[in-house]
Amino acid sequence: MHELPVTQGILSVAIEAAEQAGGRRIVAIDLVIGTLSSIVDDSVQFYFDILSRGTLADGAVLRFRREPAILVCWDCDYRTQVVAPLPALCSACGSTRLILRDGQEFFVEAIEIEEPPPEESNNESSSRQGNSGEQ
Amino acid sequence: MKVQVVKAILASNDEVAQENRAAFDANGILALNVMASPGAGKTSLILATSQRLPAHLRPAVIEGDLASSIDADTLAAHHIPVVQINTGGNCHLDAPMIRSAMPHLPLADIELLMVENVGNLVCPANFALGTHLSIVVASVPEGHDKPYKYPGMFSAVDAVVLNKADLKEVFEFDLDFFRRGIEMLKPSMPLFEVSCRTGAGLDAWVHWLATQYQPVAPAAASVAQ
Repeated sequence: MHELPVTQGILSVAIEAAEQAGGRRIVAIDLVIGTLSSIVDDSVQFYFDILSRGTLADGAVLRFRREPAILVCWDCDYRTQVVAPLPALCSACGSTRLILRDGQEFFVEAIEIEEPPPEESNNESSSRQGNSGEQ
Repeated sequence: MKVQVVKAILASNDEVAQENRAAFDANGILALNVMASPGAGKTSLILATSQRLPAHLRPAVIEGDLASSIDADTLAAHHIPVVQINTGGNCHLDAPMIRSAMPHLPLADIELLMVENVGNLVCPANFALGTHLSIVVASVPEGHDKPYKYPGMFSAVDAVVLNKADLKEVFEFDLDFFRRGIEMLKPSMPLFEVSCRTGAGLDAWVHWLATQYQPVAPAAASVAQ
C-alpha cells in the first residue's frame, strides 16, 4: 500500500552505495523483505522502472529474497513457516502458546554494479598481448 | 561486481525520525504514536487521555488526517494545542511530516505529544516518526482476530489499547483469543481494556502512560557533563 515511498527508499540507498563504490551503473539490487512486510514485489518493480530513469540505477533488476516468518511452539518446539492471518494453534500439538520469529526484514542487502571501466581492462588486455608476443 | 550494503530501505526516514527524537528529548517531551484502523477511537482516546493526565503532563496533539480537520477541530474545542497534517491521501505519517509540524507546537509548554496517525493497520507501522512509544488502538467491533491478521502492526507497538470494551458481550469478543494473538508477537505486551464512552479502564492506561514519562532534565545533563 505504500510501495512508492518504499521504492524511493530502495533507490536512494542503492544510488548512495553505488556512488561510494565509484559511481558505476547499477545492474541489480538485492532486497531482503520478510513475508509479513506488506510489500508487493510487482508494484515496487513498476514504480522502480519509472523512478530510476536517468539515474545510476536505470534498468537495474530488483531481486527479492523473501524471509519467512516462523511460528515456534513453546510446548513442543515445533517450527513452521506462516503468513498472515497467523494460525492460533500449534499444528503439531494444538498448543496455544506460540511465538512468532522473523518475517519482518526490510533492507537492501547488496547492489551489483558494472565491472571496472574499460581503460583498466584495456591495460590488462594489452599486457596480455605483450606476454603472448614474447612467446 | 557485488557491493554489500545492508541498509534499511527507509533509512532516510529513520534519520529524520532520530532528529525528531532528539528535539523531543531536548524539550523534555514524551512523544506517543497512536495507530489504529479508522473508527477504532484514536481521537476519543487522545481526548479522554488528555482530560485525565496529571497536572505535570501538559498535552499537545499532531493530527494526521487524509483531508479533513474534523478530528483537529474536536481537540481544539477542548483547548488542547493541535496541529493538523493533511496527508493528501497518503496512507501514513512519516518523520519529515512530524518535523515540519513541530515548529507549530508550543514545545516549551508541553510534556506529552500524542501523534494521531492515519487510520490504517498496515502502512503506519513501517514508518518511524521518532516517538518514544507507539500504541495500537483496537476496538471490540473490529473483532478478536486483528492481531493474527495484522502481525506487522501489533508487533511494532509498545502497548495495545482495546477500546469499546463495554461491547464485548454484544460482539461475542473472545478476549483470551485476542490476548494470545498479541502474546504470540510480544509476550510482555501491556494490554489495556478501556471504554472511552463509559470511562472504564482509562485510569489504568493513563497511569501506565504517565509512568513512561522520564525526561532527561537539560540542566542535570549539562551539570553531569
